[in-house]
Amino acid sequence: MSINLDLKLKRADKVYSQEEVISGVIEIVSNSDFKHDGITLTVEGCVNLQISSKNVGILEAFYNSVKPIQIINLTCEVIGPSRLPSGTTEIPFQIPLRPKANTVFYETYHGVYVNISYSIRCDMKRSFLSKDLQRCQQFLIHYKPNSPNCPQLPLKDNRKSVTFELSPAKLTSGAAGAPDFLLKGYLETVCCSITKPFKGHLTLVKCAAPVRSIELQLVRVETCGCAEGYAREATEIQNLQIGDGDVPQNIAIPIYMVFPRLFTCPTLITTNFKIEFEINIVVVFEDNHLITNNFPIILVRE
Amino acid sequence: MSSHLPMWKTLRNEDMSKKKRLLSETTFDHPLKNVVMERIPRRILGSTPSTGRTTPVSTPVTFTDPLAQALKKLDPLTELIQEEMDPLSKMAAEMDVVDATFTKKDVKMIPKEKQLIKTDHWSHKKAAILQKYTTSEKLSMVTSFLMEGEKVVVKAQSTAVDKVQHRLEQLDSFEEGPQRKLDLSQAEYLHKIEQLNKELVHAWNSEQRVKSLKIAIQCAKMLADTDVLPFYPSKFVLITDILDCFGKLVYERLRTKAEYYKPGSKIPTPLPENFTPDMVPDTAKETCLNWFFKIASIRELVPRLYVEMALLSSYNFISINEYPEALSRLTEIIQGIGNPLVAIYARCYLCRVGLSVTTKGCEMNYLKNNFEYFLETYQHIFSRSVKGELHKQKITLGTYMTLYTPALDFIMESMVNHLPESILSDLLAKCKRYSNSSLILNTIMSGFKPTYVAERTLQFLSMIGQCTDDGIPLHSLLRTLGLCVTVCSPPAEHHKPILNAVWSNVAQLSKPAEYISCIEVWVQFIAQNFSTRELNTVLSDIIDHMVPNRCYENHSVELRNIVQKLVQHTSDFESLLAMENFLPLIDLFSEESTKVEICKLILSSDYFNEQKTSDAVITNALMFLGTILHDSVNAITPEDENRQIGDILCNIIRAVDFGNDFEQQLQFYVDARGAFANLDSVLSQLVQSVNLLAVNTRQIIKGLHTRKTGDFVRACAAYCFITIPSIESPKIRLKLYLLSGQVALFNHCLGQGDACFKAILSVIPELPACMDTEGFLLPFVRQFLSTLLVVPDNPERGVLSLTRMLLNVLRNFDWNQTNCCLVNIYINVVDLLSIMAQDVYPYHVDKVGSNDSLWGSDPRFIEEIDSMTSIIIGEILNLLKALGQCRKQSQLAAELFLKISIRADLSVPQTSGLAHNLWNLCLKNGYADIKYMGKIKDYLTSKSLKSNNRHLLELIDKLELPRY
Repeated sequence: MSINLDLKLKRADKVYSQEEVISGVIEIVSNSDFKHDGITLTVEGCVNLQISSKNVGILEAFYNSVKPIQIINLTCEVIGPSRLPSGTTEIPFQIPLRPKANTVFYETYHGVYVNISYSIRCDMKRSFLSKDLQRCQQFLIHYKPNSPNCPQLPLKDNRKSVTFELSPAKLTSGAAGAPDFLLKGYLETVCCSITKPFKGHLTLVKCAAPVRSIELQLVRVETCGCAEGYAREATEIQNLQIGDGDVPQNIAIPIYMVFPRLFTCPTLITTNFKIEFEINIVVVFEDNHLITNNFPIILVRE
Repeated sequence: MSSHLPMWKTLRNEDMSKKKRLLSETTFDHPLKNVVMERIPRRILGSTPSTGRTTPVSTPVTFTDPLAQALKKLDPLTELIQEEMDPLSKMAAEMDVVDATFTKKDVKMIPKEKQLIKTDHWSHKKAAILQKYTTSEKLSMVTSFLMEGEKVVVKAQSTAVDKVQHRLEQLDSFEEGPQRKLDLSQAEYLHKIEQLNKELVHAWNSEQRVKSLKIAIQCAKMLADTDVLPFYPSKFVLITDILDCFGKLVYERLRTKAEYYKPGSKIPTPLPENFTPDMVPDTAKETCLNWFFKIASIRELVPRLYVEMALLSSYNFISINEYPEALSRLTEIIQGIGNPLVAIYARCYLCRVGLSVTTKGCEMNYLKNNFEYFLETYQHIFSRSVKGELHKQKITLGTYMTLYTPALDFIMESMVNHLPESILSDLLAKCKRYSNSSLILNTIMSGFKPTYVAERTLQFLSMIGQCTDDGIPLHSLLRTLGLCVTVCSPPAEHHKPILNAVWSNVAQLSKPAEYISCIEVWVQFIAQNFSTRELNTVLSDIIDHMVPNRCYENHSVELRNIVQKLVQHTSDFESLLAMENFLPLIDLFSEESTKVEICKLILSSDYFNEQKTSDAVITNALMFLGTILHDSVNAITPEDENRQIGDILCNIIRAVDFGNDFEQQLQFYVDARGAFANLDSVLSQLVQSVNLLAVNTRQIIKGLHTRKTGDFVRACAAYCFITIPSIESPKIRLKLYLLSGQVALFNHCLGQGDACFKAILSVIPELPACMDTEGFLLPFVRQFLSTLLVVPDNPERGVLSLTRMLLNVLRNFDWNQTNCCLVNIYINVVDLLSIMAQDVYPYHVDKVGSNDSLWGSDPRFIEEIDSMTSIIIGEILNLLKALGQCRKQSQLAAELFLKISIRADLSVPQTSGLAHNLWNLCLKNGYADIKYMGKIKDYLTSKSLKSNNRHLLELIDKLELPRY
């Protein structure tokens, strides 16, 4: 006798937002009828914070992790103890997504020190001789643009384009070891919509040494509040090469990056933690000399 | 023995022979006579009824050959239509037909055709690239796949524990194994790539999609590397094939996995082939988006680009608008590739993929954009990094530039095919800014429509002259221009200046390879548009360039192309052969096989089908070429090759015609025999030709030979008689002997004819005994017998000596008993002998006295014939007996019965009895064809009544016919 428990969400992309109703079916397939002691559905969502070992000791980092912040924890009974017939049984369900008091839904995000995740779980209790069955599904939360209590940063009006120029003289670290070069760049905006690619272009006007590579680095900056104060960590999410080899001079090279899903979310600043993003433009010369230009960006969902 | 023989007396009806005399006179104006008479007059006459039938033959007043009529006229139906229709409706009908064909094409053909053009366009190029861009250097390949096999071999003997551990290790290395750099030869490299391709497909099919994506990425990564420059285009072809395959796999999987509900249906089906994005369910869209998100995070630029391009077609699952956006974005991103060669090939792939996803109506500007971006970065080709790399790999800039041409040409061709003309001239204007760049000039010349280029040949020539950079070398430019000019001729008034300009440039080329590659193309233009004088000069120049240092040995392919073009495009073939420098050019081919091929090429020209020549120089040239061909034949030459060469040589023989100078013609045939002695087909052609010559001679002198002509035809006969024995096939020999004998007879050369006929008798036993031979021998012997009727007896030998000898030869031949071929022949011999006994033979050879006039129906002669007939009939009866009861026996008995009752004098009771017995034999065994027998009986009755033959009537009375 085998019982198969499956949880199917109605939306293919599994994306929901606050105040929406998550709906789907519980599908039970069995080749004979059987008894159970009740089926329950649980919706859980929380922010997990971890403190970097750089700021505190390793042991502390391990044991002293900050208490998770629960956003939602709903349990409801779908069906009481009863018998289910053999064959396929489908039980539809609908659960409104409402956060606990004093909290809001944050967007799903998977980082190094901050994790925001949501899941829906179906439990089937069985008599004590047989094993209980469980099925879990992750689902995603996106902000609904322009909805009232949205935690994302208020849309600033700074959608202006950014131009920049790099030359040895402008390097903060000093011009030591850098060849004579002039790099002009243009970014469409640093206040970006998370669904749209990050765009711009840059032009190598002159360069004395051949370039090995030009790269675009997306960096997350996570800040956790804890007893000892704030811990701020910047880690790389992805690194895309946009120029390979000795690129032609005076030719505009496009800057183009799609923000990866799950690993990015709209910039989030709360009292307990912060999630921010930055972009680095990195030029590597033939002799492995490296120059970097940093641009903090703000991500929003529109 | 004679007592066993049946009694035979030939029926010689006096009345009939008189009537027949009349008959034979009328048949001189036989309707067919003027058609074929020239060659074998006697055989034609023989087709008149030679039986004793008294029905007078009515000669038609005018004779038209029904076949010729059929050929001349249209078939009756069309004729009818054409006659009946008034011109207007006729026109309408024609239009209808045209329209119908057009619309059909429009509807059905065009999508397919377009598809074909699209794919073929590239697949043609692919093969050419793979052939052209090769290397002998070591290639390196970085990969973490493919290594498992070797490892397994190394650790094969370890213990079970080890094995498990080893497998685990293998798994690890599989996933994120250390990448190894391999040094491979080209063949090994091809093999590895093939292996990678298989690995990719295998991984895909075993549900390891991530692994196949990894393989695709690794493949694409190889394209970023130009470590062996000359091989790069080939590498591009090989790897893009893998990527195409990957793209297709992803696309097909997305398509078939997508559960699509047809309107009104609840059963999910895969998407149809030609789905639109709004039919795609959300789950499939989600999967597709996942693919693109995954690709977008590939770290390195070149692999990211290539893999996205490979998956471009899958954008169709998301929305229609994705293509143009993606195409233009990718076009821009390629700017980031620093290596210009890698960049141009990436553009090439983008255009190719773009063409496969966009339809005609769509936005095609990405093609133009790609080309323009290339122009913008053109100077980058001469940058420091390229120079450094060229220096490192020891490659000249010229060679390096040619690596660009396949990709550039493809982009240019796509533009020309898919963009409106106006953009082209716009483009030309832009290109002029870079006019002193040889690479772009070359691309324009090869990419633009040849008509466009040909019109401006002079302009392009001057631009070539101004080229200052050392990119594409001069000879390549000239060659490209030459290719345009050969496809489409420039205006006539430009011909002379073009030739002068080209020649002044070509003369500068000192390296033979450069020179010949240029000439190879331009020779067609010269052959088409200039006289032999110029061509001759050019040929002498070619020879001058090729002879030093035996350069010609390395360039036989080019030389071959030159000869081919000359043969194809020279209007005046004779003058080509007569040209001073043509044969020396042929002499440049040092390799025997190529030389033979060239000769074949020249000699299979259409020229031979139409024209005859009598020119000594040309004849000589032809013989020279023919001899090369002939000498190439040896014992191991394949059958087909032999036949082909034989055909060509026969064509030469037919093409040489000295008109009325018969002696020179014969002399030519003698020479030809000397030169081409090894091929059966050629020898038999020669014999035929000489026989024709002899017959023609007779035609001209109208049968009255003078001493000179007599000698000549005897020489002809002698020629044939000598030539035939060297032919291998006995069948051909037999046929030719018979023909030559007939011709000799026709020309009153009795001795020669006799010799030929005797020769036949000695050849027949050489025939192998088999079904095939019997099938051949039966008609042949019949033909021979009908000839023998008119051959006068040789006074030195006995009566009918030839016929007797023939009978002996035939009797000793190893016949297949069941086929009864011999009986059939014997029955025919009975026919011949009974005709020979007549007073006047039904046909004669003009001015040759046959046995009828020779013996004058001497009783002893008749007696001789009768006794021979008796023997033959005895033989037949023996054979019939040996055959036993069967259908065949019955048939043959009926035939023999018929012959006896018509030919024999039935007043002899023994004969009549024999006939009666035969009739009964036919009926006895139950195989008889009663209907046929009835017909025989009716015929004999009517015949006997007409000829008032009492004995025959008596016989008929006795015949019984069973009724069913």
